[in-house]
Amino acid sequence: MQPLENATFRNTVILIVGLFLVWELAYLVVGDVALRSPWQTVKFLGELMRTDLFWLHLADSLKAFAVALAIAVVLGLLIGFALGLHRLSGEAMEPMLVALYSIPKITLYPIILLAFGIGISAKIAFGAIHGIIPVALFTLNAVRTTRPILIKTGRVLKLSPAVMVREILFPAAVPEIFTGIRVGFSLTLIGTVLGEMFAAQRGLGYMLMSAISLYNIDLIMSVTFLLVVLAASVNMTLLVIDRRLHHR
Amino acid sequence: MSRLRLSQIAVVAGFILLLEALCLAGVIDKITMPPPHIILRDLFRMLLTGRYFGEIGKSIVNVLVAFASAYLVGVIIGTILHGHKTTREILDPLFATYYAIPVFAFYPLFIVMFGLGDGPQILIGFMLAVVAVIITTLNGLDRVPPVLKKTARVNGLNALQTARHITLPFCTPYLLTAAKLALAYAFIGVIGSEFIMARSGMGYEISYAYTNFDNATMYPLILVILLLSIAANSLLSRWERMLLARRGQG
Repeated sequence: MQPLENATFRNTVILIVGLFLVWELAYLVVGDVALRSPWQTVKFLGELMRTDLFWLHLADSLKAFAVALAIAVVLGLLIGFALGLHRLSGEAMEPMLVALYSIPKITLYPIILLAFGIGISAKIAFGAIHGIIPVALFTLNAVRTTRPILIKTGRVLKLSPAVMVREILFPAAVPEIFTGIRVGFSLTLIGTVLGEMFAAQRGLGYMLMSAISLYNIDLIMSVTFLLVVLAASVNMTLLVIDRRLHHR
Repeated sequence: MSRLRLSQIAVVAGFILLLEALCLAGVIDKITMPPPHIILRDLFRMLLTGRYFGEIGKSIVNVLVAFASAYLVGVIIGTILHGHKTTREILDPLFATYYAIPVFAFYPLFIVMFGLGDGPQILIGFMLAVVAVIITTLNGLDRVPPVLKKTARVNGLNALQTARHITLPFCTPYLLTAAKLALAYAFIGVIGSEFIMARSGMGYEISYAYTNFDNATMYPLILVILLLSIAANSLLSRWERMLLARRGQG
């Protein structure tokens, strides 16, 4: 695996340098009216990080995100295992989950807001509904495609359903479940930020939207940059772990 | 198969009945959500008066523009990348992590750059959709069996003929999958952007109704969006399954 990972690393570096070059070029073409250069953005982000307000917003976003992710993973695993163990329910529900996955969930946000009120609980609920479905779908498929010999062994040993899940199905499904959590992680983050952009009084998404009305391009670019770097770097890390799990 | 259908219908019907019961029992209060039968009645009224047809039409046109441009550009880029191994390897990490990035975060920037109009919304829809098309196109081209390529070479087909008689027919299911994904993403992108900030469109009308506590408009419009996206998705999925079944892969 070593040479392949080195190649991936090299490509990633080339890609990042390339993206910065494209950004700088775009800045040179468009100019100060609507863009900032990479260097200006990073510098402003540094200044932003010295303000207390920024950390308040960041902490609020991270808190909402963490709780949402926990809910998405727990509920997703429960739904995935329940549907995976019961064949008919699994076959009936899978296409419906896929259909739910493809709808613009943002349309449901007003309903969530009416139910929870503007605040952290609405953000959490909205983040969680983005993450639950991928975790559930990956778990469902992992449980369904567990090698039959493992399940038969469990039956022969007369394991109870709880022990069966703990000792056989879960360990066998770990790589797939991890993939589900990786996708769920990204979608929960997107959901949380999206929720903040539509209606919130705190958080990074709110910061972005308030920057539009102030026409504060520095703020818009540095928060967008921060979000992209956060999402991309965490996802890359999870992807590396994911690939190792699948190659075991 | 019919037993499966029945249980699916039962789940949906059960869910709606549950909502109805909860609303009528007052567990869900009227300000949060009207009972489903009222939503349905409001929807029919809305469709009869044709009040939001303009907004619905506008959103659909923007979705289609985003979809068509993303599809065209995606297939072309995918085809070109297939022939450039190094470029593709360099872009691979981008494709792998692209859908983890909150593309909507770019929306404020686009508003500042292009003004608050259809442009930024279509651009967000395009950005969400185009990478899915590129990835699926590459995936399809990767799977063209070498024996087919050899047959083309033996018969002396030129590039255009190979594309028409070999690659294109083989890749049809992938192109359809790409279309399905692109449509879903374009829809999410456009409606989502309208929601966050816009001057017209279905998403805008919903957020406007939300701020005015106008549930009689909000819920029917949400229903329209959900039904549109589910209908488009299931139509394309069915078509996809038919194609795959014909190849014996279904």
